[in-house]
Amino acid sequence: MSTPLITTRELAKSYALGGFTVQALRGVSVEINAGEFVAVMGPSGSGKSTFMNLLGCLDTPSGGEYLLAGDRVSGLGSDALAAIRNRRIGFVFQSFNLLPRTSALENIALPLLYSGVAGEERNRRATARLAEVGLADRGHHHPAQLSGGQQQRVAIARALVNDPVLILADEPTGALDTQTSCEVMALLQQLNAQGMTVVLVTHEHDIAEFAKRVITFRDGRVIEDHMVERPKDAAVLAAQLRAEQVVEEARP
Amino acid sequence: MNVLASIRIALRALRINKLRSALTMLGIIIGVAAVITMIAVGSGAQSQIEDQIKGLGTNLIILMPGSSTSGGVRMGAGSRNTLTEEDGYAIQRDVSAVQASAPTLRGTGQVVGGSGNWSTVFYGVSPEYFEARNWVVAQGKGFEAADIAGSAKVALLGDTVARNLFGDTDPVGQVIRIRKVPFTVIGTLEKKGQSLMGQDQDDVILMPISTARNRVLGQGAGRLRTVGSVSIKIRDGESMTEAEAQIRELLRQRHRIQPAQEDDFTLRNLSEVLSAREESSKIMGLLLAAVASVSLLVGGIGIMNIMLVSVTERTREIGLRMAVGARGRDILTQFLVEAITLALIGGLLGIALGVSSSVAIGKLAGWPIQLGIEPVALAVGFSAAIGIFFGFYPARKASRLLPIEALRYE
Repeated sequence: MSTPLITTRELAKSYALGGFTVQALRGVSVEINAGEFVAVMGPSGSGKSTFMNLLGCLDTPSGGEYLLAGDRVSGLGSDALAAIRNRRIGFVFQSFNLLPRTSALENIALPLLYSGVAGEERNRRATARLAEVGLADRGHHHPAQLSGGQQQRVAIARALVNDPVLILADEPTGALDTQTSCEVMALLQQLNAQGMTVVLVTHEHDIAEFAKRVITFRDGRVIEDHMVERPKDAAVLAAQLRAEQVVEEARP
Repeated sequence: MNVLASIRIALRALRINKLRSALTMLGIIIGVAAVITMIAVGSGAQSQIEDQIKGLGTNLIILMPGSSTSGGVRMGAGSRNTLTEEDGYAIQRDVSAVQASAPTLRGTGQVVGGSGNWSTVFYGVSPEYFEARNWVVAQGKGFEAADIAGSAKVALLGDTVARNLFGDTDPVGQVIRIRKVPFTVIGTLEKKGQSLMGQDQDDVILMPISTARNRVLGQGAGRLRTVGSVSIKIRDGESMTEAEAQIRELLRQRHRIQPAQEDDFTLRNLSEVLSAREESSKIMGLLLAAVASVSLLVGGIGIMNIMLVSVTERTREIGLRMAVGARGRDILTQFLVEAITLALIGGLLGIALGVSSSVAIGKLAGWPIQLGIEPVALAVGFSAAIGIFFGFYPARKASRLLPIEALRYE
């Protein structure tokens, strides 16, 4: 078998917090192959977010090893990590993290600004990504003029704009209602179907059921790692919810 | 990331907090405007003062004979009879930096004329004297070559003498007696007022040098035709010290002084006034620098303060930018450009305010103002430097944030 996209060996992270050390991650070894859709679950304080931040090169481990597509990432300097975040990883956050008073297109183009892509090319690529997430007509809207679901889709378009190898989503549906959550998950499933590797952190079982594989954390360790036999189809669910709502509204 | 993109981001960030940005700029605006106004008014005043000082004769050298020694007692400057009228003419002829060189004889005496009498100083002068000492004939006419050649008994009266002898009546054409010698008054001199030493410069009578020598002082005999002093005016823009050196060289040759010997003459100038002028411009410069640095420092601290607030407020934005691939130096550039943009816009507004207030002051107060390109360039450079200097610390603070901590910042 080819090299896994993500390999961690005994990955550990500890924080100094008010005089004593907190072991957030106590040696995690997992392999994730290209094309997988993984949900990382666990209660708060289980280390799942810490694991996610390490995968995203937002934080550096205090022990163990992390290889991204065979390249050793742990131990790289901050500029090299910035380059990896810029070109190989796309982030989707719970609170969307779009720049306020900045158009959707410019938000999507943001990563390209830091990889030295010229203005016209930036605009072209951002426009294409915006169309892919179904918001072609909202390019010049500011985040405040978009609904939560639309904002998250803009954020997904931003994550995709630099053609990353990995999408990391940290509670992407945490701030959304059920139907919008399903729509966002449908979009992620669609991307995964096209071959994109998606790693998603959530504490909701409903959301984890859309993934193909679920890794469960507790107290800084992996306690369970299993494949989902038949992941639910978010698009179908979203359609059902929409239909129900139509019926609801039609009622006198 | 290029500079243009950084400037666009900076302008957007500044637009978001319009009032705050404007208030922050106010420090720089006032600072730059103050500097430009002060330089405009200050240099206008200075050039006016310089003109006045020039009128006093800072480019004037007085040449006098050296001291004589009699039985071991030195008699002081001017006590020897080594200086001749010809020396004065030779200086005029041979030293190119000299505009006018006027040999002068001085005497005092009782003057009788009109309705009274008056004791005053009279000078026997050559026509160059008027140019050398900035005398202007107010009424009547000056000396002509024929007056000098023929030792004509004609005189020009200073304002004080004219008033004391004739009161309000016109003295031109009247006859006066100087040491009992009758003279015709051919003109009066324009009023000069007091000298720096408090002497009345208008208490004076001018007559041809030949007349003074032959008819009043009685020094006609003798071949040398000695004079009491020579007034030498140096052309504008020529170096005083260089001109002095040339005059000294010429006189040493003419007087056949051996290299080891001392000069038998002295050269004096108004170096005190000159150094006073330098002092005044130095003080003016210091004053400007003090005002400029205080106000620009205050403006700069304002910028630093607001940039620190801005970095704190936008920590999450910084975190996000880092998450999508901004390096530390991208963040540094962004905030630095923002600070510089803030300072430069403030600087440009300050220039506009400074120039218009200078013009307004010039119009309203009637002061001479002088607007140059240098203070404007200086102000622009200074504001950019302030942006860099006071923006660097907040920008570096932003660039050193850890991405994960910045993202999680509440």
